Amino acid sequence: MGETIDLTKKDHEISHYKNIWVFMEQTDGVAHPVSFELLTKARELAKQLDCQVGAVSIGKAVSHLAKEAFRFGADKFYIVEDEIFKDYRTEPFRDALSKLVLKYKPEIFLIGATTQGRDLSGSVATELRTGLTADTTKQEIDPETGMLLMTRPTFGGSLMATIVCPKDRPQMSTVRPGVFKAIPVEHPKEGEIIRGKTTLTEDRIVKKILKKVVSSEGNINLGFYDVIVAGGKGMGNKDNFNLIKELAELLGGTWAGSRKAVELGFIPQSRQVGQTGQTVHPKLYIACGISGAIQHLVGMQTSDVIISVNTDENAPVFDVSTYCIVEDAIKFIPGLITELKKQKLTPVKNER
Amino acid sequence: MHALVFIKQVPDASQVRVNYETGTLIREGVPAILNPFEAHAVEEAVKLREKYGGKVTVLTMGPPQATEALKECLSRGADKAYLLSDRVFAGSDTLATSYALFEGAKKIIELEGEVDLFFAGKQAIDGDTAQTGPGIATRFDVPLVTYLIKLDEVNFEKKQAVATRLTEFGQETLQVPLPAFFTVEETLNELSHSPLPWLIKAARSKIEKLSSENVKLDLEQCGLRHSPTKVKKAFTPEKRQRGETLTGSVEELVQKTSDILMPFLKKGL
Amino acid sequence: MSAKLKYDVIVVGAGPAGLAAAIVLAKAGVRVIVIERGRFPGSKNVMGGVFYSDCMKGIVDEFPGDAPVERHVIDQRIWILDQDSSVGFNHKNELFNKKPYNCHTVFRAKLDKWLAGEAEKAGALIINSTVVKEPLLKNGKVIGVKTDRPQGNVFANCVIAADGVNSLFAKSLGLRKKIEPDTVAIAVKEVIGLDEQVINDRFNVKSSEGVTIEMTGSYFNGEAMAFLYTNKKSLSLGVGMVLKDVISHKINPNDLIEQLKEHPSVAPFIEGGQTKEFLAHLIPEGGYKAMPKLVGNGVMIAGDAAMMVDAIHREGSNLAITSGKLAAETYLEVSRQGDFSEKSLSLYVKKLQDSFVMKDLKKYKGVPRLLQTNKNLLLHYPKLLNQAAFEMLKVDGISKKEKEKIIWKNVKQEIGIGHLVRDLFKLWRNMG
Ligand SMILES: Cc1cc2nc3c(=O)[nH]c(=O)nc-3n(C[C@H](O)[C@H](O)[C@H](O)COP(=O)(O)OP(=O)(O)OC[C@H]3O[C@@H](n4cnc5c(N)ncnc54)[C@H](O)[C@@H]3O)c2cc1C
Ligand SMILES: Cc1cc2nc3c(=O)[nH]c(=O)nc-3n(C[C@H](O)[C@H](O)[C@H](O)COP(=O)(O)OP(=O)(O)OC[C@H]3O[C@@H](n4cnc5c(N)ncnc54)[C@H](O)[C@@H]3O)c2cc1C
Ligand SMILES: Nc1ncnc2c1ncn2[C@@H]1O[C@H](COP(=O)(O)O)[C@@H](O)[C@H]1O
Repeated sequence: MGETIDLTKKDHEISHYKNIWVFMEQTDGVAHPVSFELLTKARELAKQLDCQVGAVSIGKAVSHLAKEAFRFGADKFYIVEDEIFKDYRTEPFRDALSKLVLKYKPEIFLIGATTQGRDLSGSVATELRTGLTADTTKQEIDPETGMLLMTRPTFGGSLMATIVCPKDRPQMSTVRPGVFKAIPVEHPKEGEIIRGKTTLTEDRIVKKILKKVVSSEGNINLGFYDVIVAGGKGMGNKDNFNLIKELAELLGGTWAGSRKAVELGFIPQSRQVGQTGQTVHPKLYIACGISGAIQHLVGMQTSDVIISVNTDENAPVFDVSTYCIVEDAIKFIPGLITELKKQKLTPVKNER
Repeated sequence: MHALVFIKQVPDASQVRVNYETGTLIREGVPAILNPFEAHAVEEAVKLREKYGGKVTVLTMGPPQATEALKECLSRGADKAYLLSDRVFAGSDTLATSYALFEGAKKIIELEGEVDLFFAGKQAIDGDTAQTGPGIATRFDVPLVTYLIKLDEVNFEKKQAVATRLTEFGQETLQVPLPAFFTVEETLNELSHSPLPWLIKAARSKIEKLSSENVKLDLEQCGLRHSPTKVKKAFTPEKRQRGETLTGSVEELVQKTSDILMPFLKKGL
Repeated sequence: MSAKLKYDVIVVGAGPAGLAAAIVLAKAGVRVIVIERGRFPGSKNVMGGVFYSDCMKGIVDEFPGDAPVERHVIDQRIWILDQDSSVGFNHKNELFNKKPYNCHTVFRAKLDKWLAGEAEKAGALIINSTVVKEPLLKNGKVIGVKTDRPQGNVFANCVIAADGVNSLFAKSLGLRKKIEPDTVAIAVKEVIGLDEQVINDRFNVKSSEGVTIEMTGSYFNGEAMAFLYTNKKSLSLGVGMVLKDVISHKINPNDLIEQLKEHPSVAPFIEGGQTKEFLAHLIPEGGYKAMPKLVGNGVMIAGDAAMMVDAIHREGSNLAITSGKLAAETYLEVSRQGDFSEKSLSLYVKKLQDSFVMKDLKKYKGVPRLLQTNKNLLLHYPKLLNQAAFEMLKVDGISKKEKEKIIWKNVKQEIGIGHLVRDLFKLWRNMG
């Protein structure tokens, strides 16, 4: 276990903190796209604050990520490499990250609101005794105070809150994937690479990973997808649900459904959207044969575009839909699939 | 075996309505419920107790009304319930909350003995932060397993557990020494219907009270004043309006929809 | 924990009837367990709701005291609605502003929870989220209940069935038959949030004062009754219809309530309000004639389970409380002999007969059927009344005498004088 940070070493003078950091999340050396989204955003914020952007990565062999970080506008690349960081584990990652923060004092620290990011950020923020705003969808600099304004949805998107962290540094927040666009810089510069060291050794880390299963059908993070096609009870039966899957595939997205679809055995629970399922906010959500019960809506109503297909023109789902199609989904979807195929477009993966 | 479950009472988020004129939530008349994930945490802890003996303690920090959520946990089979309630906690953010719960838990350990497994929900459905659990685990400096979907094995002799959690790309199985901290998913288990005697026992049980009077607290870490994050502004998002209704025959509808979908077909990352 | 669960009395259902019984019993030191299927008492319960204070005598020291009530009612109105018009009566009385208040508007979710708290304080055990499935019998005597939980059998000397309008319990004992569609009404209710001051202004009352409006008439095709009550910061708007009419006319109270919101007499009161809750429930309206057998061996039936609702005066909760109290008192008396047979428990029936409960129910026993079979009362007369009022109040150069003639002509055309006299007599005999 990493020794608990000695907080007396923490510099409490907030004016000593400068620059914006982004955590480069990676798995087996592959960066998570949210990292680039955050770097792009950090660049914009750094301009306003007249400061630099740092990318931070921890792993077994992640030096190659430096180039990618610079391509998306990082000025510096902080890295801690060691065999013990081969797989993500909260404790050693927390330890390494907290020490870097204590040493280099970033003013703002952004982390992707992914499973890993949320696990890590809560732990790091506690270790550093600073504020953390989870799952934000908007980041701005307050022109008067220069503080970071972090806006996030609560109550399943019914209420938005803008949160500040006035007296503690860094100002930390996790940011939902897909909220910001990743835009590479036109003329990337080779930045500085700063290497950190860890004093931890494997024998002192008590948590061991026994097995990793990659993306089994049994569970899926719907939050990764830009396009989600969802079906409900109105799809009638499990076979008809293949239409949903086919359409999803054509659009390069993934498929999901309502709780009734789960209860009726059309789909596994891991693909349920809503209050007791996953909360999603893709660019496009297509709801077929879903009535739009509030428990479902809270899980998808922040999607950019919602297209709904329902035979009942008064279905509540239409109240949140960008496009309303009052039609039998079983007749409509096959037609749409044929038409889209006709367009002969190679589908581009809409995965994040 | 001693399991300590951190539970929270939350307003039923699905019943909260928005007043678009005032930009506030209508919480009146919205029932307070046990955060759904914690029901599963209690279920798992009670299953362990039924198998290995020992006890399950639950703790919440909240207003006196949170007693109801504690009672529900007792009905689900928890042995003892603690309410940590004090004015000094008012307005706590997650850092201050995890501090209060950390001190409350230490007190419970003093009163009830060492804890082998700590449980919390994956996240609370009102705030959706998912930070409190990792925060408490960090303060205790015990291994953290978030997004728990299966407790494969608990070995009290070896003081060790094997657990499976969700990751971004699938799942992983971990081995951790006890005590360890778990934040749980709903898929961890199916809720069972407790035997009637448990409910009767629960109805007769007292809720133990903790406050600044019997818990040693550093007031410099409590409540709104000492919470690093502040809510600057709360507002309701633009109300989504019912959009355009597409009309026409199925063929026409297909045509119109495929036009709308074009950008999604072309666009990549 | 496999010891047999044994209590003195089991109360099925934590509504007003069951909780009143539990309070009286627990105060007398009886070991009583109340079993409620809802997540908490009141969680599934619905009422208009006007709650009468008098029935709380002997249950709590003072009412309302700290009980969660909304407004005390000082103004009661009755409206007869036609398509775009209404004729109304009202009774507002300063006496209603004197303590103890006659009645209050309440929310059952809060009131039942509070009553349950009182029962617990008195020592009763309240078990929620548990459904009583059936009685446990031995030699034809009820000796306990079976619940839906593991190890869920509970035993007692006597069971008080206060499980509401559907009373599976009374049914499974054969004390009661299946509900006939003409003896039960289905009611829906919406709670409409409004600013407190807006309510005060619209209804011309002060903050703690309340108004009730009952509506009937041709607007509903003579097939529904509606109400509008003031709460502190909301209004309760409801519509009830006898189930038989819902079935045969294929209209439902949901549609009616939507229409009613637009009625010109109603709309201004609810304007700008936000629907906060939508509830639905059955009301037993069969009256005296539909009442089940009230006692069996080891069992008494109270409240809605026994069809104790006075539909004419929208009273139900008070009959429920009173019957629960009397059932408890019966238990206390017969337990001295330790005899809980049907014969011994029939003391309960006698107590009910001596109380206002049976007296009122008997008095109005003809009304539900009368209203059912005589559409004139709810359909034709209201129309005529509205026309008549309009004719009389319209200043259009026609003499009042002339207008009377027109009105009577309408009456004769619509129903004939003979009918009118007969109907009015029937109604007077039932209600007077
Ligand atoms: C505590 C709690 C938590 C819950 N959590 C969730 C949750 O996380 N997620 C969730 O989804 N639900 C949840 N629910 C359930 C939710 O209340 C609804 O019951 C559920 O969302 C309804 O699913 P549905 O829309 O598929 O089915 P229905 O409500 O039955 O709707 C089916 C729809 O299909 C339409 N239809 C029928 N045939 C066709 C056709 N041929 N073509 C097009 N349309 C057709 C119908 O008009 C109807 O609108 C929860 C409920 C509770 C009480
Ligand atoms: C729309 C409407 C308006 C009304 N307005 C008024 C009014 O203004 N004034 C008035 O005085 N009365 C009014 N009433 C009538 C009044 O609500 C009832 O008469 C009263 O609630 C009866 O009380 P109770 O205790 O007998 O039954 P309930 O209040 O129905 O209580 C029965 C309880 O038993 C529980 N239960 C049922 N079955 C089981 C089981 N198997 N196991 C465990 N628990 C069970 C239920 O969950 C419930 O809590 C109205 C009714 C309605 C529907
Ligand atoms: N006030 C509290 N008292 C007890 N446990 C809490 C409290 N707040 C949060 N938790 C626990 O921490 C989990 C995550 O909460 P949150 O960080 O608010 O999303 C919850 O599911 C609870 O298990």
